[in-house]
Amino acid sequence: MPHALGSSLNALVGGLFLLTSFAMVATRQVRGCLRMFIYQSILLASSAFIIGVHPVYWHLIAVGMINLLTKPILIPWILRRAMPGRIFTRREVSLTINATTSLLIALGLTVLSYFIARPLLVTAHTNFATVNLPIGIAGLLLGGYTLAVRREAVPQLLALLTMENSAFYAGIAIAPNLPIISELAVAFDALVLAFVVGLLTKLIHERTGHTEVARLTDLKEEAKQ
Amino acid sequence: MILIAALALPLIAAGISFIAPKHSIASSVTLVSACALFGISVSAALSVTSAGELTAISGWISIDGLGALMFLLISFVGTIGAIFSIGYLERTEVKSNRARQYYANYNLFLFSILSVPLFAELSMVWIVVELTTLFSVFLVGYTADRRALEAAWKYAALTLMGAAIALLGFLILFWGLNTAGGGAYTWEGLRNAAPHIPPALLGTSFLLILVGFGTKVGLVPLHTWLPDAHSQAPSPVCLLLSGVETSAVLYVILRMIPIASQANGLNAGTWAQVFGLLSVGVAAFLILQVRDYKRLFAFSTVEHMGIIITAMGIGSAGAAYGTAYQLMAHALTKSLSFLVAGLVLLSFATRNIKDVRGLIRVSPLAGGSLLIAGLAIGGAPPFVVFLSEFSIFRAGIVAGDYVVVGLLALFVGIAFFGIMWHIGQMVFGEPKEEMERVTLPLSSRIALVLAGIPVLLLGVYLPEPLHKLLHLAAVALTR
Repeated sequence: MPHALGSSLNALVGGLFLLTSFAMVATRQVRGCLRMFIYQSILLASSAFIIGVHPVYWHLIAVGMINLLTKPILIPWILRRAMPGRIFTRREVSLTINATTSLLIALGLTVLSYFIARPLLVTAHTNFATVNLPIGIAGLLLGGYTLAVRREAVPQLLALLTMENSAFYAGIAIAPNLPIISELAVAFDALVLAFVVGLLTKLIHERTGHTEVARLTDLKEEAKQ
Repeated sequence: MILIAALALPLIAAGISFIAPKHSIASSVTLVSACALFGISVSAALSVTSAGELTAISGWISIDGLGALMFLLISFVGTIGAIFSIGYLERTEVKSNRARQYYANYNLFLFSILSVPLFAELSMVWIVVELTTLFSVFLVGYTADRRALEAAWKYAALTLMGAAIALLGFLILFWGLNTAGGGAYTWEGLRNAAPHIPPALLGTSFLLILVGFGTKVGLVPLHTWLPDAHSQAPSPVCLLLSGVETSAVLYVILRMIPIASQANGLNAGTWAQVFGLLSVGVAAFLILQVRDYKRLFAFSTVEHMGIIITAMGIGSAGAAYGTAYQLMAHALTKSLSFLVAGLVLLSFATRNIKDVRGLIRVSPLAGGSLLIAGLAIGGAPPFVVFLSEFSIFRAGIVAGDYVVVGLLALFVGIAFFGIMWHIGQMVFGEPKEEMERVTLPLSSRIALVLAGIPVLLLGVYLPEPLHKLLHLAAVALTR
């Protein structure tokens, strides 16, 4: 594959990756959020393949394979095993901040991330980092924002996973030679995360009859009781 | 080799606890493994004091003075917690399978905290820090009532978010290392490469790690989950959560500070002091107005984390010694405090400060030790926290950081007043109704004595090997 084609393909994947992060902010349906996460994980793996194919860098291709196996396949499977199906059919009726405002804020965060990335890119020697780093930072910020404004447990959990995805999206361009043991361990970590937080969500559902974690506010202030 | 055994032991104990037919087997296996772990850590610490460092797998698993100090503290607190768990669960838990899950989780949690100082490779360090959260979520939410689940969710969501932010920091740091010509991604490799890493990369990664892991340490304003989690978790777990988990994560930040100081125009030390003083100050005022005595000790943890990172920001060799000293003093004293808090909870079945009165009459043992724990954690002489805080103040004055030392002394004073005011009422106040005298489980009394010995002893006498270990830890922090 000629280099120019690789770059433009990578840029296309990057754009789509950013789009899935935006979608997570505003998608009301819990199942829709899960679908966005799956798309995003596939895009993450694609970016690893594109960067690793020319010149051929087996390490990155292996990273792409690990990601492709764990995130779009194993994590959704674990989540469905850990939680009853009812949780996935929930809709988040009242967003803390309405969707339009949220998307505007998300846009602001994306612009901000380009400013954060600029001084770092002075040292970059590949043009892949110029795409992946700002989008990775944007994904991280958007994930944090999603976590802050979503009221339901599963979208918050998926926001955590997209934050990790985003850090790795930047990582495949800036740190492509991370030891493979670490890559495997991180993938394992993500699986444990999905399992543990999924089980916790199930427990909250059993005890309270809902999964709207934002409504759990018994411990809020110091001066109650 | 013994370091690998130290990592394998809690994993094996977790496996056995999980499949054990009776929960008494799980508790004894946990106890035996924790005691063996403590033995290993003592022998590891001794060989580090003679050889300077101990390596199991070069570039992956090794400890220097600071790592050995953390290892020693974690396994000590883990052992006390394992002893305390036996009696605590007897009094509060009836279901055998839940007790087994508790012990399995306890061992996994201990494994993850232990791994933080034992791993030298930084991507592994990030992974095990994330595991400390994942393995302790169900310990925090163990009682599974509304409040415990709320605390567990907050704990998971916020600290995992912090970990994701720190992940980007670690990736950028690795990028910087490669830009500087590569080398092993270990603490040592990083130290050697630091002067050649582009300052923009080094500075950004430091700030991301400071904020990300700072969430897990409980630095203000990222501390909101900490009092909830540390008050809702069963008391034996609080020993680990407050005594060593927070400081094991802080250990990573502490190691980053001298490395990041190589970045021009960043002033890593100043960043550390701003976060540190803010934490100490806010925690001191929150201590004044708490209503729950477990939250009181939780805020005291925020205060201590602030003191430690502020001390590190001073940047001199004396301050590094104070930092290491305070890490030790905190782990020992805070685990004693939560142990006593657990005994009070067993005696009174309430966490409200105003409902606990006349403790000295209901249980002289719990009352007396609460008083000692309060004095010790507040920093009164002749306890170990007094000595460590004193060495930090002295280092600050020598370095000419008068404003920092002044503010620190003021906040520590306020916190001390707050802690003693609440505890004085609990111990000596007039009880509302006549309470029966309570006898505490034998295992709890043993744990209390074992946890109390170093708190009382180290304030007046510091054994030579420990003194040497603290010096080696300080050296590791100044390189």
